[in-house]
Amino acid sequence: MRTLNLRIVRGGPGRPATYQTYQVSVDEHLNILDAVQKVWATQDPTLLFRHACHHASCGLCGVRVNGRERLMCLTPIAEFPEGATVTLEPLRNFPWVGDLVVDVKPLMDRMAAIQAPYVRKDELTAGSEEGTRFEDCIECGLCMSACPVVGSDSAYLGPSPLAMIKRLLEEPRGRDIQSLCALAGDAHGAWRCHSVMECVEVCPSNVDPSQAIGWLRRYLILRGRRQLAGAERR
Amino acid sequence: MDRTLSSLPVSEHVARASWWRRAAAWVDLHGRREGWLAFILMRVTGIGLVFYLFLHLTVLSTLARGRQAWDAFIALARSPLFVAFDAVLIFGMLYHGLNGLRVILLGLGVGSRRQAVLFWGAFVLSIVLTAVAVRMILMMG
Ligand code: HEM
Ligand code: SF4
Ligand code: FES
Repeated sequence: MRTLNLRIVRGGPGRPATYQTYQVSVDEHLNILDAVQKVWATQDPTLLFRHACHHASCGLCGVRVNGRERLMCLTPIAEFPEGATVTLEPLRNFPWVGDLVVDVKPLMDRMAAIQAPYVRKDELTAGSEEGTRFEDCIECGLCMSACPVVGSDSAYLGPSPLAMIKRLLEEPRGRDIQSLCALAGDAHGAWRCHSVMECVEVCPSNVDPSQAIGWLRRYLILRGRRQLAGAERR
Repeated sequence: MDRTLSSLPVSEHVARASWWRRAAAWVDLHGRREGWLAFILMRVTGIGLVFYLFLHLTVLSTLARGRQAWDAFIALARSPLFVAFDAVLIFGMLYHGLNGLRVILLGLGVGSRRQAVLFWGAFVLSIVLTAVAVRMILMMG
């Protein structure tokens, strides 16, 4: 067993943010999510947090652990020494709902604008025509929280939506390439990135949005050159 | 309120936020690592270099005021405080240029997994070359 002091942001819109500290003892083989659940179950049923899968696939449990974007279900208790204080705060750059919960609508709106539902053909189970999984990305929003451009440009597409567009262009399967390029090539698309690189570092699912944004830029440049060459020949 | 060329979704809460809240998103260092440090230093040195460009032109304009004015400036330039200023300037130029190469590579999707190593490389190389340059300045003085 390990005893930690969880220092958790409490409050919400219209209620001032305060930190409340809960002392909780949990098995050191578990994760921070288990500790938060234990606090909720045994000390404070009013605590707001989100989770479902407990194994880094639903993408719901993203928070900032000691300032850093992490999935609570992927943050081992064993990382912290006995008696340590661990600060938990909601993600940045999303509207705050309360305590550790944010509204992920900005991310979902962007994925919808790209028409994100995407699944490899060989992954479709018999009878299902539509998939909703985008390869590696679990749409947790950690990268959106870590990116300063998302926090300052309200129309910036953001790391994971751009990584999504890259996957669609890489394997279009009948997608409208023109409109995908219009999104990626927008002033608030791939060109807006400043290579702050935090998206790559916080992504729990190996997506590497920065690499995808660079890929999109190269793609757009080469496509533009081809179009120019075509226009000259005519 | 940001304008957008195509029909991109807009984050209402960011659009509604005051300009200083949005500007603060750039300098919120809480929980950040190398990538962010590299970026902040890039911005500070970039703005510093623009400032220096004008300072440099102002100083050069003393040439137009004759030999005495220029010699007086050269005497000032030999002071330890001025050498310290030179060191900051040289470091800023080197870091901005070297990290600029890093940003160009990363911006084209090259080396993203090595970005932290590339940052420390640019940072340490800038310090080493600054030290060499300062030594040369002191030996000439
Ligand atoms: C060695 C030559 C240089 C290289 C390779 C270089 C490279 C770069 C790059 C890649 C950026 C973009 C950074 C980003 O996306 O955030 C940048 C930004 C900038 N540079 Fe340079 N630069 C050089 C010289 C200069 C000089 C001489 C000045 C000033 C007179 C300058 C002023 C700026 C400014 C003000 C910015 C904007 C910073 C920001 O947006 O945060 N640069 N530079
Ligand atoms: S790219 Fe990574 S950090 Fe961003 S939403 Fe997808 S899984 Fe999360
Ligand atoms: S609980 Fe599903 S990702 Fe953490």
